Amino acid sequence: MTRKRRRLHVALLGLLSLGTATALVLTAFEDNLVFFVSPTKIAEEGLEPDRYVRIGGLVEEGSVQQLEGNRVLFRVTDLAHAIPVTYDGILPDLFREGQGVVAQGSIGADGEIFVAREVLARHDENYMPAEVAEALQASGQWRPESGQPPPR
Amino acid sequence: MEALLAFLDMGGYAAFVWPCFGLAAAVMIYLFVASRRELKAREARLEALRAASPRRRSGAAQREAAS
Amino acid sequence: MSRAATTASESRSLHRFANPARFLRAADAVYPWALAGLVVSLGIGLFLALFASPPDYQQGDTVRIMYVHVPSAWMALFVYASMAAGSASYLIWRHPLGVITAKAAAPVGAAFTFLALATGSLWGKPMWGTWWVWDARLTSVLILFFLYLGYIALMNAFENAERGQKAASLLCLVGVINLPIIKFSVDWWNTLHQPASVSRIGTPAIHESMLWPLGLMALAFTLYFIVVLILRTKSEMLNARLRALGVADLGGR
Repeated sequence: MTRKRRRLHVALLGLLSLGTATALVLTAFEDNLVFFVSPTKIAEEGLEPDRYVRIGGLVEEGSVQQLEGNRVLFRVTDLAHAIPVTYDGILPDLFREGQGVVAQGSIGADGEIFVAREVLARHDENYMPAEVAEALQASGQWRPESGQPPPR
Repeated sequence: MEALLAFLDMGGYAAFVWPCFGLAAAVMIYLFVASRRELKAREARLEALRAASPRRRSGAAQREAAS
Repeated sequence: MSRAATTASESRSLHRFANPARFLRAADAVYPWALAGLVVSLGIGLFLALFASPPDYQQGDTVRIMYVHVPSAWMALFVYASMAAGSASYLIWRHPLGVITAKAAAPVGAAFTFLALATGSLWGKPMWGTWWVWDARLTSVLILFFLYLGYIALMNAFENAERGQKAASLLCLVGVINLPIIKFSVDWWNTLHQPASVSRIGTPAIHESMLWPLGLMALAFTLYFIVVLILRTKSEMLNARLRALGVADLGGR
């Protein structure tokens, strides 16, 4: 019985120290685990040209402009700061105003416009049929944290 | 017929939706069949051994045979 | 051993399910019910998932991928947690059944993890615009897949079966640390993958008409795990008996 008790204690202690070590490592590498940075962080820290980053946020309402060819200009916002982004390519199906987006690229030569080489759409955790979304919108019960009401 | 085609089309996402369900079905059916077949093969093997040497039927005889 | 002696010790009565003979009796009793439940829940679940549920207001019909993807991912975590429990009971209390069931469960868990990754990829391409990204959620699930493969490889790496069992069980326990990382990766760091919809504080963020097929498919996947686990555990026990008799195993791996 004592040997089993001892093995139990060793296992618990081992798991505890393993957990602590993992937590420390993950905290230390936090910057690398983050998939994208917010426009606010970039506004605070600036962005050197040629630094390849991902910026994430929402596609600002009414900001999407079709330019010549496949080129598109839009603003990525976290509702505090916004960054203008250009992209030349095919956008994912979920790319919409008010929806989440992650743009990968670097700041352009003018230091103002972010030139994206890849644009990924991000969606939220809400799933519902279109009729329900419309009904919620019509009755004014649409929760703003659920993102943009359905298009139409 | 049109309804069937619309269903198969999956709103234009057929190339993503159907492989998902197909892959899941293939993997899960394979694992089930393989696991069952392995069990049956081992059962048969043990049964054949028992039939071949009746002495092994009891635990005592088994230990005797092993020593 | 007398009945009085069994009940005298609290821990012994707690561990009574670790008895292999008792497990076999319970497994044989459960098996037909689990199989019947699997057929029924899978039938209704698939019907709802493919025909009788609405497309999503944003994601259209790709939302149907969720009914395979999410239960697979849940089971990938659940199977690993059960294997860890079995491994702990083997390493600490030397219950042979702990390691036998964990070994039997490993390929099932690996299969579920593979399905979660593959269906996620098929969902990510049309919706996110990419098959794969190295964000914290996707990467930690890929690590889970390699933990399963590592467990299976270690289990079979040694001439001496017991050494393989101990090494693999230890790996399984160490890997447990990955489970909270997977679960909370979407909350701790920003990821391309969205946060949890069902197991969040408050009400689920999935409409009822989509929650039903999801729940039924999750039930079906759980019953599938129980069914295959029973088959594989019994097979593993027979294999141990064959090995004890000194007979080469013909039944496969």
